[in-house]
Amino acid sequence: MNLLLNLINGIGLGSIYAIIALGYTMVYGIAKMLNFAHGDVIMVGAYICFCTMSYLPLPGAAGTILGIILAMIVCTVLGIVIERLAYKPLRSAPSLAVLITAIGVSYFLQNSALLIWKSDPRVFTSVVAGWPGLELFGGQLRISAVTIVTILTNIVVMVGLTLFTGKTQKGKAMRAVSEDKGAAQLMGINVNSTISLTFAIGSGLAAVAGVLLCSAYPTLMPTTGSMPGIKAFTAAVLGGIGSIPGAMLGGILLGIIEIFAKAYISTQLSDAIVFAVLIVVLLIKPTGLLGKKINEKV
Amino acid sequence: MNYLKKLLAILLAMVMVLSLAACGGNANSGSGESADTAAIKIGGIGPTSGPAAIYGQATQHGAEIAVEEINALGGIQFELNWQDDEHDPEKSVNAYNTLKDWGMQVLVGTTTTGPSVAVSAETNADRIFELTPSASSVDVIGGQTDGIPRKDNVFQMCFTDPNQGIASAQYISEQGLGSKIAVIYNNGDAYSTGIYNKFAAEAENVGLEIVSVTTFTDDTANDFSVQLNDAKNAGADLVFLPIYYTPASLILAQANDMGYAPKFFGVDGMDGILTMDGFDTTLAEGVMLLTPFNADATDEKTVSFVQKYQERYGDIPNQFAADAYDCVYAIYEAVQATGITADLSAAEICDKLIEAFNGDFTFDGITGTGVTWSENGEVSKDPKGMIIQNGAYVGM
Repeated sequence: MNLLLNLINGIGLGSIYAIIALGYTMVYGIAKMLNFAHGDVIMVGAYICFCTMSYLPLPGAAGTILGIILAMIVCTVLGIVIERLAYKPLRSAPSLAVLITAIGVSYFLQNSALLIWKSDPRVFTSVVAGWPGLELFGGQLRISAVTIVTILTNIVVMVGLTLFTGKTQKGKAMRAVSEDKGAAQLMGINVNSTISLTFAIGSGLAAVAGVLLCSAYPTLMPTTGSMPGIKAFTAAVLGGIGSIPGAMLGGILLGIIEIFAKAYISTQLSDAIVFAVLIVVLLIKPTGLLGKKINEKV
Repeated sequence: MNYLKKLLAILLAMVMVLSLAACGGNANSGSGESADTAAIKIGGIGPTSGPAAIYGQATQHGAEIAVEEINALGGIQFELNWQDDEHDPEKSVNAYNTLKDWGMQVLVGTTTTGPSVAVSAETNADRIFELTPSASSVDVIGGQTDGIPRKDNVFQMCFTDPNQGIASAQYISEQGLGSKIAVIYNNGDAYSTGIYNKFAAEAENVGLEIVSVTTFTDDTANDFSVQLNDAKNAGADLVFLPIYYTPASLILAQANDMGYAPKFFGVDGMDGILTMDGFDTTLAEGVMLLTPFNADATDEKTVSFVQKYQERYGDIPNQFAADAYDCVYAIYEAVQATGITADLSAAEICDKLIEAFNGDFTFDGITGTGVTWSENGEVSKDPKGMIIQNGAYVGM
């Protein structure tokens, strides 16, 4: 029973990592860059939703829905703006320069949030507040509403993204850009707008992730996104960065490992164990669990 | 693309100009104040923003009220300059240097432990008297065997961490609040670990059984399901939380979600949970904490302080505000007793105040009566048990 309970808690935590990891992996898969600012876009999304719910005189559900929609719009625009201003000028620069820029953008967002919203922690009201969770075995096991909603969102997003990149014109263009920018351009694909679209989708997902993250763990601060962001990045690497189902698998596995490490080994060592597992996986399977092995063409 | 770059350049230039202008403004106001020499310059440091903002705001407000009251009495005049340190040691030392440039003669602060350890080393070297309202670690005052040597100019208005741990264990046992105790503490934090160690030692002495001990760090302060399950499975009827209110609020919410309702017992770090923006105070119903200050007390001083505080800031003051208020009054009374005047240097004031605090100086304030200090800087006063009922602290 205890094992099952820990498993459920692990899936709950992992589903949060997974939804953040989906955004990471999406951007990496297409643009081939690590967007370290992703965690901070999540934080911005959560703040937008928080402000809408707290300061607009709208009744419960309407405020919540508007909050989520506004958060997605703001984050989508923010994602496009960041890409245009910070990453596009570096399109042909070495990847290290882009990486450092991404870290810079991350700090920029954190400090801007510090200026706007101050650093006092806010308590985020869960968007599913009042929804009943699932009770099993006569109430011995409880799965919270947030966990259920997060897992469902994960599945919807994962299936949606897979279909989008596999079946639609824009999605195919994205895959083409990810394979070879130059060749894609020669085939008449607008590389810039395709990458912008990728950032737009990734950042829109970040907003959803932010709302779900803060619904599960309701303290909201300008640094809220950074640690989950790093964990989600780890999850994406574990699952195979660039692979959409891999991000979900990696996220949930990471959550389970973290909770099990805490429960059965040591609460003090949980993070060390999580990252040790990552190292072992990468040693055995350098492309991650579901990552594709790409042979270097000569 | 080019016009975007230009726009960005203009924006950046504007930011630079603005920040330069801001610097200039500060410098002017600083030199303007220093022309006034009639008042003793009291510096204050605390996090008025950041994760521990509630503490810094409370200490600032408490000190402001005390200074205002003292100045209204005529006689000795105080001038208070409060600086924000965001609960960051480095920023705290910067704030301290700002105050030193301003001409600070006595420091009330710093509010939180980590920054205070850094700043008290500076005040000790610079010979500036420091009375901290709420930095509770023994590292602030120093003088432990195999620890930092005693900083003879630093005194505390709050209990030290070991004393909080010991007092909590004794209180729980005396009042029969629980027999099987679970502890969740932050093992990345000196404050939390310090209290836990002493609590565990004293619990054994007074016959409390600790059935579950789990930890977290600032990086893993999200999910407490494992820690709470461990406590629940071990059959704990009281969970001791020697931690700050931000993680405590998450623990209370998650315990509520999983339908686990033991007694929760906190220390001074729990104070402030009720004033968190957006926190559902019903979650904290029945939470107990040990503090030296009870806003419900009916003595004249407390009633007047609580009333003034509420009028000005709209909140009921917590113990941090009360401690800071007492700090300013303790300095005031010691200044009177030793005949200190505003024209003395900080070092001269420091020597006189150290002599007074080490001597037979006793102080009656709102956080305790007959308060005295030992030579190692620790305060001696009685803790009071408090319980949260209907969203307010009530004396037990």
